[in-house]
Amino acid sequence: MGLENIIGEALPEILTTQLDALINWARKSSLWPATFGLACCAIEMMNATSGRNDLARFGSEVFRASPRQADVMIVSGRVSRKMAPVLRRIYDQMPEPKWVISMGACATSGGVFDNYAIVQGVDKIVPVDVYIPGCPPRPEMLIHAVMMLQDKVMKESIRDRRDAPDEEAREAITPGTLPVTDGSSLGETRVAESKPYTIASRHEKRRSF
Amino acid sequence: MEQPNSQSNQTESQESNAAGTTPSPVAAALQRENPEWVREVIEALGETTLIVPREYIANICALLKTAPGLQFNFLADICGFDRGPEEEPRFEVNYHLFSTMKHHRVRLKVLLNEDDAHVPSVTGIWRTANWHERETYDLFGVVFDDHPDLRRILLPDDWQGHALRKDFPLRGYEPYSLE
Repeated sequence: MGLENIIGEALPEILTTQLDALINWARKSSLWPATFGLACCAIEMMNATSGRNDLARFGSEVFRASPRQADVMIVSGRVSRKMAPVLRRIYDQMPEPKWVISMGACATSGGVFDNYAIVQGVDKIVPVDVYIPGCPPRPEMLIHAVMMLQDKVMKESIRDRRDAPDEEAREAITPGTLPVTDGSSLGETRVAESKPYTIASRHEKRRSF
Repeated sequence: MEQPNSQSNQTESQESNAAGTTPSPVAAALQRENPEWVREVIEALGETTLIVPREYIANICALLKTAPGLQFNFLADICGFDRGPEEEPRFEVNYHLFSTMKHHRVRLKVLLNEDDAHVPSVTGIWRTANWHERETYDLFGVVFDDHPDLRRILLPDDWQGHALRKDFPLRGYEPYSLE
């Protein structure tokens, strides 16, 4: 992305690691989550940010309402099939670098809801970095997950997330490409041509794990 | 309200009550209006259920809402029930009514066959029926005639099938994929 890639390509190898350390330290110390509280886990996420367990100590100072300003998406709660394209769209609207924490049993694997309506794990929609078990997980567990994510961020390298967005990634999501129906199957169901969501983002193509 | 109706109830021969129980004033009022309106009265666990034919549901509900002794101004719920693919009639639609003035409740039950699952809509009587009937349509496939906006409400708009029918598999037909 931007300046750090340009500098990183100009520097010799020995200095790139120092740049890596600096960039990663800056990113991990200011992981701003996007508010994606869906269900009961959202209440524990609120607890993690409130006074008793203070997530802001770890850099998550604000929960950005707009995904364009967020670094990490904490999927807290069960994801229904109706919500899944919306979740994918919000994830796609987040700029790189971005991470995903799957909070709770329902986001990780569908939880207790093994049925037609709930997606059995949010990793069928977005790539997940940290999974948190629990129903709901304690706020301390969410804080531990953020700390694990910070350790993961520190191991990254600026060589992984390159500049120059792919053409296909840029065309993958265009407004108005979700299926257009009015929900009534009394008449014919019109489904507009929608672009596939399976084009890998740069997040998924990164090389360090 | 209770005394005059209980005296007139004993002359009604269509209700079958156990000895000693007070017949429902709601059923009595409906039967006085039109004997065809109440097919069966079920009194169990302190609750009154009236099985009504579907053609008259709109008239019945209008009377129940406006009659001075009844005043069922609160439609608490409309829910569907699938008795199973082998049952005939297959579907039930239950209307749960409550009166905030008189504090009495009644349940209306409409029985529907599988191949003709149409019921007149009561949206003109209680506005809340709009979403409840959409939910019943979405999950059971019961079509409400003259509904202003009958479309799915809970399941995704392009969903195939009706999810709470007994022959719909619990896990659905295929796992979720982004395409």
